[in-house]
Amino acid sequence: MVARRPGVVVSRWVVLLVFALVCAFPFGWATFTMFKADADLYTVGHVPFFYNSPPTFDHVRVLFTDTAFLTFVRNSLEIGVIVVAITLALSVPAAYAIARLTGQWGGRLAMMVFIFYLVPPTLLFLPLSRIVADLGLQDTIWALVLVYPTLTAPFSTWLLVGFFRSIPRDIEEQAMIDGYSRASAVVRTVLPLAVPGLFTVVIFTFAFTMNDFIYAVAFISSSDNMTVSAGVPVELIRGDVFFWQSLMAAAVLVAIPVALAYNFFLDRFVKGLALGGVKG
Amino acid sequence: MSEPAVHRTVIIDESFRVHHLLDRESVLGPVMLSPLLIYLVALIGLPLVFVFIYAFSDATTGSDSFGFVGLQTFQTTLEDPVFRIALRNTVVFTVLAQLVVIVLATVLGFVLSADFRGKWFVRFLILLPWTTPVALSALAWLWMLDSLFSPFNWILGNLHVVDQGTPVAWLGQDSLAVGSVVALQAWRTLPLAAVILMAGLTSIPPELSEQAEVDGAGFWRRFFDITMPLLAPIMMVAILFGIVATFTDMAAVYILTRGGPGNATQVLGSWSFYTGIQGGSLAQGAAIGIFMFPVLLGVCILMLRRASQTEVV
Repeated sequence: MVARRPGVVVSRWVVLLVFALVCAFPFGWATFTMFKADADLYTVGHVPFFYNSPPTFDHVRVLFTDTAFLTFVRNSLEIGVIVVAITLALSVPAAYAIARLTGQWGGRLAMMVFIFYLVPPTLLFLPLSRIVADLGLQDTIWALVLVYPTLTAPFSTWLLVGFFRSIPRDIEEQAMIDGYSRASAVVRTVLPLAVPGLFTVVIFTFAFTMNDFIYAVAFISSSDNMTVSAGVPVELIRGDVFFWQSLMAAAVLVAIPVALAYNFFLDRFVKGLALGGVKG
Repeated sequence: MSEPAVHRTVIIDESFRVHHLLDRESVLGPVMLSPLLIYLVALIGLPLVFVFIYAFSDATTGSDSFGFVGLQTFQTTLEDPVFRIALRNTVVFTVLAQLVVIVLATVLGFVLSADFRGKWFVRFLILLPWTTPVALSALAWLWMLDSLFSPFNWILGNLHVVDQGTPVAWLGQDSLAVGSVVALQAWRTLPLAAVILMAGLTSIPPELSEQAEVDGAGFWRRFFDITMPLLAPIMMVAILFGIVATFTDMAAVYILTRGGPGNATQVLGSWSFYTGIQGGSLAQGAAIGIFMFPVLLGVCILMLRRASQTEVV
């Protein structure tokens, strides 16, 4: 190992702090704003960096009691759980098949699945809104449950292919020699080893469904069925009236848990990207 | 006595055959793959075909009447001045934002790949722009760039860079609004690019660089001759993710500027949404969206090429 020079350490910290400041500033500012009293916030001439009058929880309380925020959160969670289940059901078998059973076709199939991931919602929302309407799902959370796996399944499959490939073949082959069928060999040996990969997929599937804006805005019109992403900007901005403290509270309260979850699983995600991404 | 025995043999035989069939890789593979492929074809493949069908028709959201009008919709689209702005903006925003991201993500990937105390917290802060739903982080930007209460305006005003009476309208002036959208796009795609580069950096064996250092190569020499070439393929993946995210975005523009002032920051995604959903013209909305297709196709080809190259290695 090369000895660390103090200059290197200091400059790394300076660079990191600058990046952290740039990345986190809008959220820091939002956090600072959400506790401000109206009279403090909306007085031109007040120094914006202080609490000129004491901080208040009023606007955070308004978010929870006078808006549909909790409904949005509940909808997002419900949709997220169902979409995670569908995504796993579609992508775990497919990823295993690509990693183990398709031989030389594996790489091409993985690429094909990935190409589906590249077709953007901004291109698909028009025909999908027609399909959703024809199925009678318009303005229900089932419209989103139906289409969200298009966002999550290709990417999850791609990640899982990498995780499955990193598990040595010998493990399930040994189980098959011991008399298990391939299916039970997979369930007994491969899936337990793939648990970290599966957790990663769960987190990212959940986050992808929360991130969507265009489908939620295009398919859902009543606030009872909206997700956080669409509900907060659409319902909490009334015409030209912005409830800034409540809006910022909503943004911060969603941003922090999601970022914590990502951070927790980041190393596995990076590993998955390296496995799936670097090796194609 | 003999009859049950025969019966049992048949059952065992049946289940054996099913198992035998599923144990054959050529059968089990397609069986496991088909649910995903059927779903993707039904909800991505077919809708994609519909996009093209709409674009050659006069379909609207209100009625079921449907007639083919050939290239007429494309002609109307191309003559629409807002569409031209949107097309130009989509390209310009993507190129500018991703140029910024290439440089910054390389630096960030480097500093993040080292181990240090407090890394967990720093990483949490740096991940925020990427992990937060776009619509919500765009709201935070909307407040940060508010014409009356932006903290930047207060600082600039008090440093007398700008006149205190006339605050900077970050989102109300064409060039500043364009700059704001580019900044937001670069900001939100930076963390993923850095994370991907970090993955690439950790996969480079440190012995290579250490050996070169022993042989007398300085930092920049090692960076450009060893790290960069090894990093290039994964850097491309990072940038392709960023290109797709920026090029096909609609939420960031929709929340931050609503395409304004005027239509100065309209992009293909947002203009397609305004025309197709709010304006009710499926045909026109689809025709606008189709102009994203060449770039996405290019991204696909690059990805496929990269995959075939790495297979050789």
